Amino acid sequence: MGFEKFGVVSFTAQTRASDFIDYLEKGEIRGTKCNLCGRVFFPPRADCSWCMSKDVEWIEIKGQGTLISFTKVNYAPTGFEGDVPYILALVDFDGIKVFGRLSKDLPEDSVKVGMALKVTPLALPEDKLTYEFLPA
Amino acid sequence: MPKDVAIIGVGQSYFVRGYQGSIRELAFDAYSEAMKDAGIGPEDVGASMICTAPEYDKQRSPSGLIAEYLGLNPQPTFAIETVCSASTSGLKVAYSMIKSGLHDIVVVLGFQKMSEITSADSQERMGRGADIMWESPFGTMMPAYYALHARAHFNTYGSSEKDLALIRVKAAKYGQLNERAVFRKGVEFDQVINADAIASPLKKFDCCANADGSSCMILASADKAKEICKKPVWVMGVGSASAPMTMTGRDSLAGLNAAKEAAKTAYEMAGVSPQDIDVAEVHDCFTIAELMAYENLGFAEPGKGNELIQNGETYLGGKIPVNVDGGLLSKGHPIGATGGSQVRTIVLQLRDEAGDIQVPGAEIGLVHNIGGVGIYGNVVILGR
Repeated sequence: MGFEKFGVVSFTAQTRASDFIDYLEKGEIRGTKCNLCGRVFFPPRADCSWCMSKDVEWIEIKGQGTLISFTKVNYAPTGFEGDVPYILALVDFDGIKVFGRLSKDLPEDSVKVGMALKVTPLALPEDKLTYEFLPA
Repeated sequence: MPKDVAIIGVGQSYFVRGYQGSIRELAFDAYSEAMKDAGIGPEDVGASMICTAPEYDKQRSPSGLIAEYLGLNPQPTFAIETVCSASTSGLKVAYSMIKSGLHDIVVVLGFQKMSEITSADSQERMGRGADIMWESPFGTMMPAYYALHARAHFNTYGSSEKDLALIRVKAAKYGQLNERAVFRKGVEFDQVINADAIASPLKKFDCCANADGSSCMILASADKAKEICKKPVWVMGVGSASAPMTMTGRDSLAGLNAAKEAAKTAYEMAGVSPQDIDVAEVHDCFTIAELMAYENLGFAEPGKGNELIQNGETYLGGKIPVNVDGGLLSKGHPIGATGGSQVRTIVLQLRDEAGDIQVPGAEIGLVHNIGGVGIYGNVVILGR
């Protein structure tokens, strides 16, 4: 349990990667790293399919990322009606890609592919948690 | 060219906004047309593949219901699911079953009744056709995912919203000729450019519509096809591939790797190259999807797909006519039925039965059918 706290609407309660939520509560965005081959995973994986191993450790995603692409969503799927508009984005942190939303405070016309962003935890209503991207 | 498995019958329902019947009756519309086209009865069929995406209607395990209603007991039946590319995945399984000698004739039936749920619920279903742990909680949906690819394509290659608008104008031109399409109005360039954004940079007319519909393909072994069919259309190549479901797992968003890989396999199997294709149906669920398809199928170099549409090369009379039946943008996109509808268009082209949209003397045609946001890619090459 624990992962049902992730995001506006969560569709998964149980995962062996639910420590992600504990780190998020501490203010850290973490992925995992395979202790055998050294591959880094974001989103975090509990297992390495290259090594057939469950031996992974948690590593922090920090520093400055680069915006790969984004879209401003004006029509929401069921469950997200109260959120529109919002901007979905894919950001590259030195080869580790992170998918999420840009901060609500960023107007669309200030957003440019290639801009520098950082990722930070965000508390949501009803004790839920997520992360968002802000200008670095 | 390989002549081991043929398509001997095709059928398609009208694609509509609110079908006034149940899923079994919807399935029957395409099935009865294909069976009459093939000139066979249920007793001739060895197996049926039922292709549909889950959660649009309440029926669990629809293959059981549909096979019974179509008179296809006691033959084996099962469901095939790769969301939007389900029916060409069904075609591949049917091809394999016939080529292996398991069956002589296989029915591939695709259907979707999307009007059973609201448009917002439909987007929620499609949003869960992505990674439900790490992406759906952000409020993802299909237009947003393709919008991310569009922006990446613009940024990588210098393509633009204008190129996408040209693709919609073409789709609308041919959609007006297709009496089975859901959207049959003409669309002007300015209308596309000035429409409200759904998920920027994609606007209203860059997106295809949900629809209810069914499609049916009947495949047969070479011996059976030669015995009962005057104009068999041969399955020359079948390629299929997968790509990471997550955006984070993809090397690039400026194309669909599953389509590229599937095309490579299909061309090799058929022994043909992109220049040999006379007419193509590509999966234009969004305008950007058609632009990427031009490049992923090798009709244009990466980044040069927009020149094809700017120069009118994908219109009838152009170098490679694409989606001259109106495409998904005009026909609508009843998920499980879409691939079979694309195949039907190419089969009619290769039989010289395409009417107003006939490409004169078409001998080799191609179908590009994509599941989800490039998660699954199927490319089928057909020849007369």
